[in-house]
Amino acid sequence: MYHAIVFLPLIGFLIAGLFGRSIGAKASEYITSGFLVIAALLSWVAFFQVAFGEGEAFTVPIMQFIASGALEVDWALRIDTLTVVMLVVVNTVSSIVHVYSIGYMHHDPHRPRFFAYLSLFTFAMLMLVTADNLVQMFFGWEGVGLASYLLIGFWYKKPSANAAAMKAFIVNRVGDFGFILGIFGVFVLFGSINLDTIFAAAASYLPVEGAGEGAAAAEPVLTFLGYSLDKAGALTAVCLLLFLGAMGKSAQVPLHTWLPDAMEGPTPVSALIHAATMVTAGVFMVARLSPIFELSPDALMVVTAVGAFTAFFAATVGLVQNDIKRVIAYSTCSQLGYMFVALGTGFYSAAIFHLFTHAFFKALLFLGAGSVIHAVSDEQDMRRMGGLRKLIPQTYWLMIVGTVALTGVGIPGTIIGTAGFFSKDAIIEGAFAAHNVVAPIAFVLLTVAAVFTSFYSWRLIFMTFHGKARASADVMHHVHESPLVMLVPLFILAAGSLFAGVIFHEYFIGHDYEHFWKGALFTLAGNEILEEFHHVPLWVKLAPFVAMLLGLAVAWLFYIQDPERPKALARQHRGLYAFLLNKWYFDELYDFLFVRPAKRLGTFLWKEGDGRVIDGLGPDGISARVVDVTNRIVKLQSGYLYHYAFAMLIGVAALVTWMMLGSSF
Amino acid sequence: MTFDLTSSLILAVPELALAIGAMALLMIGVFSGDRADTTVTGLAVALFLAAIAWIVIFPTDGPAFENAFISDAFSRVMKLLTLVGAAVTLIMSVGFAKAEKFDKFEYPVLIMLSTLGMMLMISANDMIALYLGLELQSLALYVVAAINRDNARATEAGLKYFVLGALSSGMLLYGVSLVYGFTGNTGFEAIAAALSGGERQLGLVFGLVFVLAGLAFKISAVPFHMWTPDVYEGAPTPVTAFFAAAPKMAAMALLVRVTMGAFEPVALDWQQIVVFISIASMLLGAFAAIGQRNIKRLMAYSSIAHMGFALVGLAANSEAGVRGVVIYMLIYLAMTLGTFAFILAMRRNDNNLEQIDDLAGLSSTNPMMATIMTILMFSLAGIPPLAGFWAKWYVFLAAIEAQLYWLAVIGVVASVVGAFYYIRIIKVMWFDESAGGFQPMAGELRFVLLLSGTFVLFYMLVGAPVELMAGAAAGSFF
Repeated sequence: MYHAIVFLPLIGFLIAGLFGRSIGAKASEYITSGFLVIAALLSWVAFFQVAFGEGEAFTVPIMQFIASGALEVDWALRIDTLTVVMLVVVNTVSSIVHVYSIGYMHHDPHRPRFFAYLSLFTFAMLMLVTADNLVQMFFGWEGVGLASYLLIGFWYKKPSANAAAMKAFIVNRVGDFGFILGIFGVFVLFGSINLDTIFAAAASYLPVEGAGEGAAAAEPVLTFLGYSLDKAGALTAVCLLLFLGAMGKSAQVPLHTWLPDAMEGPTPVSALIHAATMVTAGVFMVARLSPIFELSPDALMVVTAVGAFTAFFAATVGLVQNDIKRVIAYSTCSQLGYMFVALGTGFYSAAIFHLFTHAFFKALLFLGAGSVIHAVSDEQDMRRMGGLRKLIPQTYWLMIVGTVALTGVGIPGTIIGTAGFFSKDAIIEGAFAAHNVVAPIAFVLLTVAAVFTSFYSWRLIFMTFHGKARASADVMHHVHESPLVMLVPLFILAAGSLFAGVIFHEYFIGHDYEHFWKGALFTLAGNEILEEFHHVPLWVKLAPFVAMLLGLAVAWLFYIQDPERPKALARQHRGLYAFLLNKWYFDELYDFLFVRPAKRLGTFLWKEGDGRVIDGLGPDGISARVVDVTNRIVKLQSGYLYHYAFAMLIGVAALVTWMMLGSSF
Repeated sequence: MTFDLTSSLILAVPELALAIGAMALLMIGVFSGDRADTTVTGLAVALFLAAIAWIVIFPTDGPAFENAFISDAFSRVMKLLTLVGAAVTLIMSVGFAKAEKFDKFEYPVLIMLSTLGMMLMISANDMIALYLGLELQSLALYVVAAINRDNARATEAGLKYFVLGALSSGMLLYGVSLVYGFTGNTGFEAIAAALSGGERQLGLVFGLVFVLAGLAFKISAVPFHMWTPDVYEGAPTPVTAFFAAAPKMAAMALLVRVTMGAFEPVALDWQQIVVFISIASMLLGAFAAIGQRNIKRLMAYSSIAHMGFALVGLAANSEAGVRGVVIYMLIYLAMTLGTFAFILAMRRNDNNLEQIDDLAGLSSTNPMMATIMTILMFSLAGIPPLAGFWAKWYVFLAAIEAQLYWLAVIGVVASVVGAFYYIRIIKVMWFDESAGGFQPMAGELRFVLLLSGTFVLFYMLVGAPVELMAGAAAGSFF
């Protein structure tokens, strides 16, 4: 069964990728989508068997991959609750996106390629989440990066899409470099990259008590950049390097710049890769490696700080964006920040729970946005939408469901609430309850971000569906509801957005925690956050709820009550508005700090280094000299007899002279 | 002063046959009027083949005519190469003669006389015999070069060749007289005997330089090469083919025999001269050919470069070196004949073409021709595993063994530079827009081209017997 789950997408990719031209677009669509639906159903079966059944985690070996000295890497599937949760998320969203794409990509001439890429992505993502060791995880990690690159640049004739694809790939390189250094570090520290071995060995890195042993622990075990690190320091360094990889993949500040640009790809891609699955790989990785992260409070502090800042930063930028997909992209960035705060506060289960619910409602929002874009003739600017509520009512209500799930609508103190209500509020409460040094700041930032989240989510709804129609009459005339093949997947996601929280919260973060996770997530003995977040003061419990209402109220005020007010406000605070609209000038800063110097260096090396020195002294120079010599020699052949005779006589004279001089030695 | 005339005559049967045959054919030509051309050509080829058969079937060794003439394994191999070159070029001229009104019966007769001179050169074992053979060959060639006497370029080329040839003959004679003056002998063995053990005399070295200069002129080695491009371009193509093939064999054989036989004791001196003209020929041939647009002119520089490479083997002054020279000349002959068969087949609208640009897109119009020409060009450039690579391999190996490292390095560099113009022809044939196809090849040209291409491509299979044969030939001197 697990083989089928993992390899069906690969087979689909190979069929659609290699034979897509010959079997046609229709067959490619049905084969890949069919395989994915089967894989998704099997994933749910596996989910119930593993997470709700009895029995330990186990591995499914596939083959030996590398055996070199102390390095032994097997290709194996590690099946535990964390894995099956990810399997469910990945395969469900992926199958839904496959089916949805049949409708959405209807007009595209390159559908076999598109579906092949989607299946390739899914396979790589499954490799990542089922990884039994860090090398396999890295393989999947790079595989999803590749698929992401290919899909962002799917419309390769569009220069902006190519630029965005390259940006995503290059920014991820920074993170991946950290990740691979982290893997090296792990190998140095633990002598293995097998997860089981690492986790077992990590126990010896527990903070020790007692002076005698403390001295032993202070011995340097790792030298990094000239610093000799003792056990705790080395562990922190390794964790931070691994986290750098997670930051790249999960678009955390300062490696977030690629995610908004990645919206150049087709909308289903944004939903699958840049909302539900790939970008959560960083969260998954930290959760998977919780046994070592948990041992390094310093690393966790950094995780919390980065996550909180990203959540806040992305939410502020989301306030003023006008491109419907970019708003959701910044929302994704912000929600990923929430997850990292949960990880940083040791609340791994909440992070995964939010990952789980977020996949549903964010995919719903993206696909709903795709449905809107589809309806208004590929327009993405919300300023040219409006008044669509009556024309596409089903999409409207589906978007509402996504929005209430994202903003976390629910009644505090009861179990009535949408998915976001359970997962996001748990994170905010966890941040308050945590003992982390930066946790209080994180709590404040997250609460403020929740206000912003609510505001920009409702702003999106109001600008798109309410008010006067701002699109041209021609476009409005063509507005149509999407076909069933696009709507049915949305209904499934809507159901998940509404009920995933209420059904699963007891398992993920509630009373059935132990039975559900079976030790797949590691927490130290002193980590009581699971208990503590229930016992926060009432005002803390109410805070996210109030934040949600506040954002909704302001959005209503700005975009329904008085649509002129936002413009006046923007004029009044022009500097702040521009600051937010330009995304805190991160792109400009990077352009100045990295891109332009790199280009200058590249141009220098190209023109001067390669062009002038290597080519000039090498191939070009030599060939030019050869031509010079040739021209001179050809001129010698003048055609005059006396020249020829002269050459012969000179030759003889030279030889005779040479022999005479030679004899005088 | 008595010698066994019969045994001497037996040793010289092929030469006698050619000499008498040439006279007879001349008579036939004169007395049978205008239509005699084909008959005379056919008979000439038959005589060549008979001479080849005689040499192969009745190999006889030994000196004749009081040591003025010698027959040994080396002379037999080189005579075979010369005869093959002459016969094949004569065959290739048939179609051209018909198409270009070139049907003069004097042509095959002159070729025969010239070939006779070459065979005497190859067997020469005495300065007088050397000079007689050389002059017989040259006089015939002067006429042949200018045989197209209505063509200004051809006559100009013939005249240039004649004047320069006279100059070189003068130098040679002057050198011979100096050598005679210092040694008192004209026979090669006697000269060698007189030189060994004695002091190194400057006058003799002068003589050596002049003799080698005269011979270098015949193989068109730098700086005595100046006539080559003009004659190659100006002469009718079958004549050019002949110039490129047979005389080179004979002159190289003579050069080897003079250096290895007569001047063996002063090897250190002539080695320096050979190294110099070898390097100069390789480099000039490689560089100057790049600037050429006319394929015959290009082949002139190509042959200059190839003579330079062959001289690398001679410079080594060893058995392996001479073996390398013999193998080199054999492979050079095969490649040259094939290439000229190709050039003769470059016909469009009943015109002979000579420009490299005319080859554009040949791969699409005449794929077979283009393929074989590609093989030949790669071989001339020295790309393994084709024959041209092995030719260079043997001479460079000999040079390395003789510790002439710099010579080998320069040779390899020149070979790389030279590869450019061969590969440019391939590029023009395969990657340029077609300039229109050629007429179908005449049967004899197709045969020569195929044979040459096959030999070059599958040289590895016959490499071992060729090496054995060349080794035996080289053994004549050691």
